[in-house]
Amino acid sequence: MSVMKRLSLVFKAKANKALDKAEDPREVLDYSYQKQLQMLQQVRRGVADVATSRKRVELQINGLKQQSDKLTQQAQKAIEMNREDLAREALTRKSGLTSQINDLSTQLATLQGEEEKLTLAQQRLQAKVESFRTKKETIKATYTAAEAQTRINEAVSGIGEEMGDVGLAMQRAEDKTLEMQARAGAVDELLASGALDDLTAGPTDDITRQLDALSSTSDVEAELAALKGLSSPQQTQALPGADTSSPVIDVDATEKKAEQ
Amino acid sequence: MIVRILGEGQYDLDEAGMAKLNELDAAVEAACQGTDETVFEAALAALLDGVRSLGTAHPVDAIDSSDLILPGPGSTLAEVSEMLGDEGLIPG
Repeated sequence: MSVMKRLSLVFKAKANKALDKAEDPREVLDYSYQKQLQMLQQVRRGVADVATSRKRVELQINGLKQQSDKLTQQAQKAIEMNREDLAREALTRKSGLTSQINDLSTQLATLQGEEEKLTLAQQRLQAKVESFRTKKETIKATYTAAEAQTRINEAVSGIGEEMGDVGLAMQRAEDKTLEMQARAGAVDELLASGALDDLTAGPTDDITRQLDALSSTSDVEAELAALKGLSSPQQTQALPGADTSSPVIDVDATEKKAEQ
Repeated sequence: MIVRILGEGQYDLDEAGMAKLNELDAAVEAACQGTDETVFEAALAALLDGVRSLGTAHPVDAIDSSDLILPGPGSTLAEVSEMLGDEGLIPG
């Protein structure tokens, strides 16, 4: 038998199981509606869980990117100081981070996909639950218990199928989220234990320490040179003093006046 | 006929559309007997594309059971057999 026929039977079997429990068929409507509301609640929570997980991965990626940028800067500084060995070390560590970042980015895309699917599933279920509520009241008001049976069966198994579908989507999203949380936990642990952190950041970092040692001597030299040369190097230094900036502001002000 | 793609929603199909789908479904069925994921993936994707292009979206607020239910896009052989039950076969 074909896959689609078999899958349909699985869903129908589940829907029928729910119907078998009923005594007064009209009670099934209320029972089913309660189930639907619970399901909607669960889906909303599911969407929120996936979103939380996604944000966490985003934060981790940002953190790793910052460290990576820092390593680039360190490599640049090392090159300026003719320390190719240090630059090489920094870039090697950076490439390790880059593969971590790429890996997390792939996971992030997966989570975003699940979040989107689950949000759509929530919207579909919401639409169906709303029309079920209307239908339920109509059936209760218009039909006798005997007459209502067929319509109740239709409505309940129809929505049961939707709930089964949403249930699968939730399970899938949950699996992906758990998988992600385990991985994210590993990255957090790495960062916390210092295995990654010490490579790239903090005062104990040997690249930083060596660069600091180099730059402190060169900073002294630069400052000495600045003192000897007096005013000229200070002006090129980015600090926009009050003296130099005030005429600029005047120009802006006159331009604005002209525009008005 | 109403066909559901899991995780995506329901589609309405006429008889001509269903006839075409049956051919595509046969390919999925054949792929299910094998173990080649790429063959299965391609066959399923073709079947789902067939449903989307030959059918029209069933109103989202309508509560109707589907005549046929299909695994969602990207489903693996393992996932499908899990959905079908441990034995992978439903009597009937």
